[in-house]
Amino acid sequence: MAAASLNGKRKDTSSFMTQWSGYLGLILQGALVTIELTLMGSVLALIMAFLAGMGRVSRFFIVRAIATAYIEFFRGTSIFVQLFWAYFVLPFAGLSLTPLQAGVLALGLNVGAYAAEVVRGAILSVGREQYEACTALNLGRWQGMRHVILPQALLVMLPTFGNNAIELLKATSVVSLISLADLTFQAQVVRSQTGSTLMPFLSVLIIYFALALIISWRVRTLERRMARGLDGVRV
Amino acid sequence: MPAPIIKVDAISKSFGTFKVLDGLSMQVMPGEKLALIGPSGSGKTTILRILMTLEKIDGGHIQVDGEQLYHMERNGQLLPADERHLARMRQKIGMVFQLFNLFPHKCVIDNVTLAPMLTKGVARAAAEKRAMELLDMVGLADKAKAMPAQLSGGQKQRVAIARALALSPKIMLFDEVTSALDPELVEEVLNVMRKLAAETDMTMLLVTHEMGFAHDFADRVLFFDRGRIVEEGKPDEIFRHPKQERTQSFLKKIIAAGHRV
Repeated sequence: MAAASLNGKRKDTSSFMTQWSGYLGLILQGALVTIELTLMGSVLALIMAFLAGMGRVSRFFIVRAIATAYIEFFRGTSIFVQLFWAYFVLPFAGLSLTPLQAGVLALGLNVGAYAAEVVRGAILSVGREQYEACTALNLGRWQGMRHVILPQALLVMLPTFGNNAIELLKATSVVSLISLADLTFQAQVVRSQTGSTLMPFLSVLIIYFALALIISWRVRTLERRMARGLDGVRV
Repeated sequence: MPAPIIKVDAISKSFGTFKVLDGLSMQVMPGEKLALIGPSGSGKTTILRILMTLEKIDGGHIQVDGEQLYHMERNGQLLPADERHLARMRQKIGMVFQLFNLFPHKCVIDNVTLAPMLTKGVARAAAEKRAMELLDMVGLADKAKAMPAQLSGGQKQRVAIARALALSPKIMLFDEVTSALDPELVEEVLNVMRKLAAETDMTMLLVTHEMGFAHDFADRVLFFDRGRIVEEGKPDEIFRHPKQERTQSFLKKIIAAGHRV
């Protein structure tokens, strides 16, 4: 619909500025889709990261095996292929997803697999003496994990989670391949309609970069807030 | 004569090929204050860790407060203890570590209240009231809201003692609790332990290199070497008139190193 009215504008060769602001609006719509994908994908990634990361350190072999299989599979196959499976192959199994759902699923599962290793590493980085204090205070395994180990591990995870979120943001561009109108997709649309390459690609470059900066900045704020009081123990 | 509160019977424990405990047996009476001394690697810390269920045993039996620690009696048979049995047995025992092991992300009072609230379902208000009494006892009531990183080593260790006491164990294990402290901070921790000994009838086992304190504090001293108890007796007997040659040479080395006996 928006594209149709823009087409109209293009034909009536009116003011150059009105035309560009219309195209910019198109790109900003794409940015909203990208932000939406990033947020929803990050939530799914976070859930998967904790499930699989904690599964990796489980006492039970079967839980460890499932978590390891998930992580290795999603790290070991390309996000393109995963997205195509989510969008084109799952319907054959009776599960039809919208492009947005397929995008969130593929991104969340893919990045979640990387982040799961971050969760596992952070849990293991908490010193043995903290686990022993939990035993000596008779905390159950889950109680110790929930109240003692995870809160400390979270601080170790945060910087790398920031990296993961930025990776996820950049990976959202693959959804343009299943015709979801994200930032990259809209840039292509504008390019093909105007014939201009510099303007659309420069705008998306700046927007991706700005979004990544916001993520870095948010994570750093969170880190500082969580590290409060721990001075001298952890930075 | 009352029954012993701890009965260790022929415990063996190896780390790889290194035999830390070699058929160790010992008994502790309720309310007794016991000092475990000996060279490093002699197994004195290991037996404390075994009593706290931080290590698995290779063989032998331990009875705590009339019940098997690592075994469960089912239909007259002794089976390996499950997690539930261990959790029940751990309620009787508390431990203070050489490196304090405070929870760095929780303030002092939360360190003390966490376990009572989680393991005994004590309400927050009641847990905090009790925690304040304990912090007062160790002289740190004014530090309740401080984070562990803001405390000195001696203060951290006193918090750790309060934290262990909050679960009201019958037996307290002290594992070299002053070894990591600056010399001028040692005394404040020892004072808390003296107070504890004077005001409660808790059974206390301490592994220590503070021979002077062990002498004044303990009812009985056990000298460990190579996973066995080589000699035991009243502090005066062990420190003034050791019978075994190994005890004598150990004490000589300790005194040469500048420790007061």
